[in-house]
Amino acid sequence: MTTLPAPVPGAKKLGLVIDLDTCVGCHACAVNCKEWNASGHSAPLTDSNAYQADPHGVWFNRVHTYEAGEGDASRTVHFPRSCLHCEDAPCVTVCPTGASYKRAEDGIVLVNADTCIGCQLCAWACAYGAREFDVDDGVMKKCTLCIDRIYNENIPEAERVPACVSTCPASARHFGDFNDPASRVSQLVLERGGYDLMPELGYKPTNKYLPPRKPAVAKAATPAAETGGGSSLLRWLDRALSR
Amino acid sequence: MKPAGSIVFFTTASGAGYGILFWLGVLGALGMLPETIGFGLIALGLATALFTAGLLSSMAHLGHPERAWRALSQWRSSWLSREGVAALLTYVPVLLLGLLWLLGGRPTALLGLLCSLGAVITVYCTAMIYASLKPIRQWNHGLVPAFYLIAAGFSGALCLAAVTAFFDVTAAGRLAVLALALGAGGIAVKLAYWQAIDNSVSASTPESATGLGSIGKVRSFEAPHTEENYLLKEMGFRIARKHAAKLRVYAALLGFGVPLAMLVGVAAGAVPVAVLILAAACGLLGMLLERWLFFAEATHTVVLFYGRQA
Repeated sequence: MTTLPAPVPGAKKLGLVIDLDTCVGCHACAVNCKEWNASGHSAPLTDSNAYQADPHGVWFNRVHTYEAGEGDASRTVHFPRSCLHCEDAPCVTVCPTGASYKRAEDGIVLVNADTCIGCQLCAWACAYGAREFDVDDGVMKKCTLCIDRIYNENIPEAERVPACVSTCPASARHFGDFNDPASRVSQLVLERGGYDLMPELGYKPTNKYLPPRKPAVAKAATPAAETGGGSSLLRWLDRALSR
Repeated sequence: MKPAGSIVFFTTASGAGYGILFWLGVLGALGMLPETIGFGLIALGLATALFTAGLLSSMAHLGHPERAWRALSQWRSSWLSREGVAALLTYVPVLLLGLLWLLGGRPTALLGLLCSLGAVITVYCTAMIYASLKPIRQWNHGLVPAFYLIAAGFSGALCLAAVTAFFDVTAAGRLAVLALALGAGGIAVKLAYWQAIDNSVSASTPESATGLGSIGKVRSFEAPHTEENYLLKEMGFRIARKHAAKLRVYAALLGFGVPLAMLVGVAAGAVPVAVLILAAACGLLGMLLERWLFFAEATHTVVLFYGRQA
């Protein structure tokens, strides 16, 4: 059913917190996402012309790099972009078949590949470019929040997190339940001012981004030691005080 | 937005088909149309052929056309589903009307008006598929459903006038006047729409998309991929957008200017049937171009992530 699910008491709200301060832009999250999901819930993630000119393929996670601000105050920020599992998800409500749905128990937005007709309206409705059409399968594909990892009892408990989170070498990605105020993700959002992308659209994304920290203010350079005349004791004192 | 040929054809053809159906129902109820079997079957047949061809064409856009029946299930939330349901339900009075004519009965006003109602609802649902999408500011606009409805009424009246001219010149003349009024209204709405989208800016910006506005202006430094992906091919379409101003003139002239000039001639006096057919053909061609522009000129917020304007 593509109407949004009614709130369930005690339901989880699973999602990611992405720390733009610590992301180093290595694309490991995107690569590990592709690796896991190419054989996971939404497999295969088709690649066309993978080794020729004009390669084309389905990815759930893309890492952009931006420059913001001017001159000394400017920052270079790496910015991973994936499905935000919105609370008010229009990609779900526009679906004519019920293939695109939001789970009541944890808020994850999924596509049923067996009933998707490939009309692509959900990709138009998503403001964030989270959905990519698989031309070979003829159905829409998207981030599953690694539903086949996070509930997978066949893998060690420590690995039951999305592939992008498990692989991040900078720990810039955090997975958890936003409905639990004590969870790490809720705490991070509170402490670091986690924010929504394009809040003006009212899609109420679950995933939050943490802003880059303010750069430490550079200390004014201490005066260089004087050279030239004066006794060696005074020159030593000057050098010592200049440190 | 990428103007998929199947959808451009679908919205234009089904618009004209439902437009003919609407006027058949309304003017038939008012007794302003010829009542011969030949006219009824040809006019109804043309309407049905046009919207059926359009609906079939829209299925060519699907990744799994064989599953299209599933699209009838989510009418509670989805305009696309509502359109499918409305289109299918409209076939009921259309087929009954056709059957009645075939069996030699006289069409009832009620059946005709049910056809008209179905036509309006279906075209409105089609327009709302686009008008309900918030990430596309050129579509998320009140003039979009207004134009879809008036364009369907205009192209339908044009086609019906051409068909009617074979049977009843007086009735065709009345339809030509009706089409003239609708065409004038249509071009007014379209000009207002073009002005509105030219003078509006996206509420979303690269700063709101990334949340980095507090640092300053946001520029794309490096894209995630070197080749165009699905998002850029579908939502980032911009081929020929630079010719939009020129194409708008062609669309306005072909879709409205030329047919309206011909209609003025028809309304003024005896003009051959061929002119009405030409006016209808010209109008439909212009409408195809207008619909192509409706897609090609629309921008999606996803391009903000790639450092482009939405």
